[in-house]
Amino acid sequence: MTTTTENSVDVYLERLHAQAKTRALYTVIFIGAIVFVITSGVIFSEEQNAGSLSRGLDQFWDFPTDLFSGAWAAGWDWFGLVGIYTPELFRTINLALFSTALGFICAVFLSLFASTNLISNGWVVSLTRRTLDVLRSFPELVIAIALLFLMGKGELPALIAIWLHTVGALGKLFSEAVENCDMKPVEGLQSAGAGWWQRVRFGVLPQVLPLFFSYGILRLEINVRASTILGFVGAGGIGEALKTNISWSYEPDIMAIMALLVITITTLDYLSTYVRNKLIGGIQL
Amino acid sequence: MLEVKNLVKRFGTNLALNDVSFSTDRAEVIGVIGRSGAGKSTLLRTINRLNKATSGEVLVDGRDVLTLKGNEKLRWQKDCAMIFQQFNLVNRLDVITNVILGSLNTQPPLKAMLKLFSDEDRAFALQLLDRFGMIDTALQRAETLSGGQQQRVAICRAMMQQPTIILADEPIASLDPLNARLVMEALHRINREENILVVCNLHTLDTARNYCDRVIGMRTGEVVFDGPSSDLTDEMAREIYGAEADEAFEPGVTSTSLGRTPMLAEA
Repeated sequence: MTTTTENSVDVYLERLHAQAKTRALYTVIFIGAIVFVITSGVIFSEEQNAGSLSRGLDQFWDFPTDLFSGAWAAGWDWFGLVGIYTPELFRTINLALFSTALGFICAVFLSLFASTNLISNGWVVSLTRRTLDVLRSFPELVIAIALLFLMGKGELPALIAIWLHTVGALGKLFSEAVENCDMKPVEGLQSAGAGWWQRVRFGVLPQVLPLFFSYGILRLEINVRASTILGFVGAGGIGEALKTNISWSYEPDIMAIMALLVITITTLDYLSTYVRNKLIGGIQL
Repeated sequence: MLEVKNLVKRFGTNLALNDVSFSTDRAEVIGVIGRSGAGKSTLLRTINRLNKATSGEVLVDGRDVLTLKGNEKLRWQKDCAMIFQQFNLVNRLDVITNVILGSLNTQPPLKAMLKLFSDEDRAFALQLLDRFGMIDTALQRAETLSGGQQQRVAICRAMMQQPTIILADEPIASLDPLNARLVMEALHRINREENILVVCNLHTLDTARNYCDRVIGMRTGEVVFDGPSSDLTDEMAREIYGAEADEAFEPGVTSTSLGRTPMLAEA
């Protein structure tokens, strides 16, 4: 009796060793691949670029120094500039808010159809996933430039660009959250005769909505930056003002706009923490 | 060996433990019974330091473990293994790793973070699994096991800690009668073979009578009965359970006795 138990302990020890060896091998291959990609990438770009990686390092502080000295020279008037650019900032934030909200709603719906635990039809799942992939694969900037060319300058092309990218990015994250949720409550509802939409509404959404909001608010932050950048290519808002001032080297104005942006992102961060705690703690979802 | 002195735990205005005192100087099996909300779980969680006590002492070999800090506190938690109603295994790790996790407190920190465990640890974990009839599941993920199997893995994890005390918080409340019996027998065996003190929260009377040397009855945070399980008369039990008495006498619910016809409610 004791010999057989000793044997089975040995057998499993043996198996553990074999398992550890395969895992170690995979780890080494994986790390090796990463090191190879990074080093070859650096070497390749060193060869392609005329200069070296470290070139221009001594000029790094020139621009910031100009900015600060310019703003300093403007004196108290600088604070007036901050007031002048605030309406532009609101245009940019509005654009981000609207496109994020629109993208959030579309992403929630699409993510349900991209989750294998909710949809058993493999074709529907992979079609939805590929759609999300396509939406996600084009940067906002690319879509916006194309649309601005077609539709002319304005906020609508930027809105569509951010909206489409947001659907792709959030839809992917949302469907992963849905696939990781606990299916036991859903099974409980199914056993009670609840339909598909009802199961999603009461079995899945209460579990995943807090996470959805977290991702959504993070996306809003990203989209404020994105809509600023789109201003550079003609979508209006504070980005356009920034571009104009940079090309004309109006240092105090550049500093004012950058200060506004930093304040906005910081405020958004505080606000999102507050809203998220309120949502997760208090509301019955 | 273990002495609980005037232990008080307050949650807001609610008094979960009201001046609880008891002591033991030998490794026995102590069953703690009482209705839900009587403070049984709070008592075990406070002894293990998962909860902070409001006041009172828990003396182990003359040392108050409630005042320990830092590594000493962690070391005490290693010495006093805990078993939970919902098993609390790491579902996504395999069974053998789950068992070895019981020895985290004594593992070299960096090696443990990289999941590098010694062959002695692995062999010890496998022997434990073998002892409780679970070795064939060693390489499976914990979430693939049934409740009874998971609880036995949890017992192996507790044994991996090489504890002096095992605290079991309703270990059989989510198990079927056969598995409940296997788990209670395992705890009993550990007590007898390894001389480990077992304190076990229980829901049903017959389990307490069958497996415990001594029973502590709790009611609204107070100890209302403390004595050998043979002294636990039906009248005494009625006093402990109050209005819920009939439920506790119902042997069909999460009981460890097999083959009895369940009592049917009157229409």
